[in-house]
Amino acid sequence: MSSGDLFVGDAVATPRVDHVLIAEMVETGSRVLDVGCGDGALLQLLNDSKAVDGRGVELSREKVNACVARGLSVIQGDADRDLRDYPDQAFDYAILSLTIQATRNPKTVLENLLRIGRRAIVSFPNFGHWEIRAALLTSGRMPVTHNLPETWYDSPNAHLCTIRDFADLCEELGATVEQAVAFNASGKRLPIKWSLSLQNLLGEKAVFLLKGHGKTG
Amino acid sequence: MTSARPEIGSSTIDSVRYAEVHKPRSELVRFPENAPLKLACGLDLKLFQIAYQTYGTLNAQKSNAVLICHALTADQHIANVHPVTRKPGWWENMVGPGRLIDTDRFFVICSNILGGCMGSTGPASFKPGTQTPYGLDFPVITISDMVDAQARLIDHLGIDNLFAVIGGSMGGMQVLEWAARYKDRVFAAMPIATAAWHSSQNIAFHEVGRQAVMADPDWCGGDYYAHDVVPKRGLAVARMAAHITYLSEEALQRKFGRSLQDRSALTFSFNADFQIESYLRYQGSSFVDRFDANSYLYITRAMDYFDMKSQYGGHLAEAFRGTKTRFCVVSFTSDWLYPTRESRAIVHALNAIAANVSFVEIESDKGHDAFLLDEPDFFKTVSGFLNAAALRRGLPASGAA
Repeated sequence: MSSGDLFVGDAVATPRVDHVLIAEMVETGSRVLDVGCGDGALLQLLNDSKAVDGRGVELSREKVNACVARGLSVIQGDADRDLRDYPDQAFDYAILSLTIQATRNPKTVLENLLRIGRRAIVSFPNFGHWEIRAALLTSGRMPVTHNLPETWYDSPNAHLCTIRDFADLCEELGATVEQAVAFNASGKRLPIKWSLSLQNLLGEKAVFLLKGHGKTG
Repeated sequence: MTSARPEIGSSTIDSVRYAEVHKPRSELVRFPENAPLKLACGLDLKLFQIAYQTYGTLNAQKSNAVLICHALTADQHIANVHPVTRKPGWWENMVGPGRLIDTDRFFVICSNILGGCMGSTGPASFKPGTQTPYGLDFPVITISDMVDAQARLIDHLGIDNLFAVIGGSMGGMQVLEWAARYKDRVFAAMPIATAAWHSSQNIAFHEVGRQAVMADPDWCGGDYYAHDVVPKRGLAVARMAAHITYLSEEALQRKFGRSLQDRSALTFSFNADFQIESYLRYQGSSFVDRFDANSYLYITRAMDYFDMKSQYGGHLAEAFRGTKTRFCVVSFTSDWLYPTRESRAIVHALNAIAANVSFVEIESDKGHDAFLLDEPDFFKTVSGFLNAAALRRGLPASGAA
């Protein structure tokens, strides 16, 4: 579900940039649900660096098995189907890292995330990045970049969006954007004072820290 | 107790079997008359006993105890030679020194379930103060009764909090009951290849088995003990039918196909021409040498009555509300007796209360019995879950795995 296999066995590779950003946003000792947790790299990072009480949901059976084998609390499940089971505000953070674009119904998933977590953290590839705009403009074909390497028919990304699109959805859902960080291809954080339009042009990926309008949040 | 009619079968084995009922070659705890077991049916079971095996050593903090709950036809002999069959323990590939459930690290306990026939009180046991077996006078028991009896054993052993409760199939049902009834006493729970309620199909197969036993004239209305007979044919048929449900169609096809048994052509008879027939007949006949027919009736009934959802007002999640236990739910892809959706229902209930749960579906074509076999992915799950739980519990890390 999430991309990037950073862990081979127990050997720790350099953490993914969005994971590092997410880990910075998470408070030590908090309760975390990582939806689309892949092989558990983020959960492991949060365990190790923030001593969280972490849980994961992952679609791929093989990745779930790998997570549980390394001692993480992960269930085989589907973001689109299984999030509704969780009670309101059950976690301090509900996280969706590079997963929302692969869900069938991103809006419902995000609503659930904002309901389950006191905060939601979402990272996603930015389809508004200049390389993608340029590729589409010049070639007239669906862009294939190192950030989005699959061809249109192979891609699990059914619902790609830009940073502006995502900000619009957050507004529609009444979520407060507490932090929005974009970073470029070399993993460098773009200056926070840049306008959303500029971030949308130069950011390859983005991480949003959100707070729902929830009754108890 | 010796058989007066040796033509019925192997009288030696019969006497050994009843010896295990009354004087098991296991540890034994007898509960006094003033400490009866309150059963779900409303009756008190007085002067009951629990036979159990332990492996490893309880640490000074009493924090390393692992309770293993056995399935319908298994017993407490998980990691030692079985006193009746002389075969290795039923989970020796999992439990032992250096194994995944490492008896060098953990104090492993397994007790014969209430209603069983290997030393814990069951229908073949004598009624208190008599030399007469209960037979059908034994009360109908439930999974929660079995678990309450186990809890009394754990009290007796002086253990407040179990590090882990682990079990497959009916053992998994006990794990769920443990987690629901004794929330403060279970640190980690691993229900494997199980369900939170018995399905209509589950009940149907059990009813076939029970009717086979009861249709055997040697069942004598449940009082075969007094007639020195055993309803072997009925119990064997029950076992044969049940055994099919423990395997997958692929496993049967792979193992036996249409292969013939010690012959090159069909015999145009009702002999066991096919290997699968011969295999099932062997499973049936070896089972009756170690298992009491009435125990089979009572235990299958307990499983059929099992329905934690209705027990908790129609909401399975309520069974676990407030739990701090770490759960690991495991299912197997080819298990059609307790299919993955049954495990998923447990996981959904645990998610609804945001419990700490892992859920793994293991790819296997070996059917329900996969949990007893060498499945590398399953072993990795057990090892990962137990090691992570041990770390949280402050138990020493595993040398193996």
